[in-house]
Amino acid sequence: MALRPSTELMELLVKPLAIWLSCKIRSKPLVIAIRLSPQAGKSLVIRTGLLQSMLGLLLLAQASVASAVLTIEIIGAGEHQIPVAIVPFGGDSKLAQTINEVVTGDLQRSGLFRLVDPAGKSPHELAEVSYPDWQMRGADALAIGTVALQTNGRIEARFRLLDVVKQTELAGQSVSANDDQVRAVGHRVADLIYEKLTGDKGVFSTRIAYVNRQGKKFSLMVADSDGYNEQTVLAQNEPIMSPAWSPDGSHLVYVSFETGHAAIYVQSLYTNQRMVLADFRGSNSAPAWSPDGKQLAVVLTRDGSSQIYLIRPDGSGIRRITFSAAIDTEPNFSPDGQSLLFTSDRGGSAQIYSMPVGGGAEQRITFGEGNNFSPRYSPDGKGFVYAHFSNGKFYIAAQDFQNGQVEILTAGGWEKKPSFAPNGKLILFASEARGRGILATVSSDGRVQQHMFTQSGDAREPVWGPHL
Amino acid sequence: MKKLVISIVLVNLLAACASEKPKAPEAAAPVPPPVVTAPAPEAAPAPAPMVEVDSLNDPASILAKRSVYYPFDVSAVQDADKPIVVAHAKYLSEHPDRNVRVEGNADERGSNEYNLALGQRRADGVKQMLVLGGAKASQIETVSYGEEKPKATGHDEASWSQNRRSDIKY
Repeated sequence: MALRPSTELMELLVKPLAIWLSCKIRSKPLVIAIRLSPQAGKSLVIRTGLLQSMLGLLLLAQASVASAVLTIEIIGAGEHQIPVAIVPFGGDSKLAQTINEVVTGDLQRSGLFRLVDPAGKSPHELAEVSYPDWQMRGADALAIGTVALQTNGRIEARFRLLDVVKQTELAGQSVSANDDQVRAVGHRVADLIYEKLTGDKGVFSTRIAYVNRQGKKFSLMVADSDGYNEQTVLAQNEPIMSPAWSPDGSHLVYVSFETGHAAIYVQSLYTNQRMVLADFRGSNSAPAWSPDGKQLAVVLTRDGSSQIYLIRPDGSGIRRITFSAAIDTEPNFSPDGQSLLFTSDRGGSAQIYSMPVGGGAEQRITFGEGNNFSPRYSPDGKGFVYAHFSNGKFYIAAQDFQNGQVEILTAGGWEKKPSFAPNGKLILFASEARGRGILATVSSDGRVQQHMFTQSGDAREPVWGPHL
Repeated sequence: MKKLVISIVLVNLLAACASEKPKAPEAAAPVPPPVVTAPAPEAAPAPAPMVEVDSLNDPASILAKRSVYYPFDVSAVQDADKPIVVAHAKYLSEHPDRNVRVEGNADERGSNEYNLALGQRRADGVKQMLVLGGAKASQIETVSYGEEKPKATGHDEASWSQNRRSDIKY
């Protein structure tokens, strides 16, 4: 990073302003990420990306203008940000503007990119690109393209991603979609840029599910990964809990109290058809789909305390797999489908345990003070995230299976129900801000957080869907 | 036929009046069923004297208490609340035609799923005590709302203590 000295100077100059501004706007301290490593005892390393916070504030303003539906705030920035210039596409200017907003918003929220201002230069074709222009601006990569509404009513965007340093083309692609899917085109472009520049698959085109509570009204929602395009799957005056995706993204399974007690339902997102998966006496809850889609783990109280069972997606073949007198709940399948993580209070308070899906050999894997809940495997199966509760606060934490290292990824508050993006780079969770339940994400290294404020009500129980 | 309709309307009116009275809301629910079946001759006299006094409807009775409360992450009925459960057990054993629904709740400290399980364990604990006290298991249904239906919504002990609760509902 050749720019470091001057950046640090800038930070010194900008710091007081940034803090003042952030207090004014967010009324939250400028704590970006607190990492708590066991080796260092309880010492806190506080990282602040001040320039980036300014950037975040600018983006906040931008996001507010872009849509009244959703406000997105970004806190912090990644360690190694790739400087990339996104030139607004040529062609249909209205479509181009939306695509530009989506692409730049996606890339910025990931925390892995620094957007280089293309001001004054607007090449749309390869022949119009002068690489030295972009080298001077410090861009490592450049995206250019055009978008048009075709006669068949479809949007077609053609774009190229260029390596400014090597002066080569990294990718050239055309993306098309129905005319009401302009944001989807933007997410697709952002995914391709993300994948080419980071080596990881992008998750901007994926969807999330969550529950919105407004007074006594509960709605099961599905939205784009950035919180836009929200659609109601189910709305009722009884609680809805614990939505989970089928591995192919075609169905949601969830808990509904519509008959007066907790029962599990499966609903198609294509036909909206729904069926009862489990409705035994007591509580039926905590559904989790196996990676191959052939079975689900659920929690039933039909035989006594909350215990874990396996069940086929059609409701047949129920088989109990935990046999404790305690609470065993929140099962989650490992990516290879062989193991389960779950929450149990068999040791006296809520902790995370693991077991083979076949049953037996249960093992406690979280220790230390406080309680732990809601475990979820990382997509590579090497670790897991969970909600950690201590001293009256919930934190999102991650633990590595191999070395047992625990990382507290968030500053703490009312932070619950984490789930990984399918590429493992972001974690979605339920949080609270300004007295409301909101959706939030944190990068898997704890450096970048974003808060998504939905239009109204409390957002809770979010879960990230699979790649489609 | 017309008479029957009229008397049903009358009963409905009476019931409506009764339920509008703010006092003792918990006791208001069971409208004495015999009234409906007896097609009273002409202007029916007030039906009240026909009904024996049900201790369940007596606001002074311990049976008027229908909730028990718990410390954090505890599901055993506390000593202070045991007489309430014992009294309901006795009532249920003396009234085998009556059924109850025990609804367990939890405060918001914990995951929603853990709290659902905790609320269920609380409700099941009350059921166990009711059965030990003479009620039949078949008279009792248990459900949990976990933290989904909080009575009080603050993030503080004042709210939480109200939400760590099982309700006995007839």
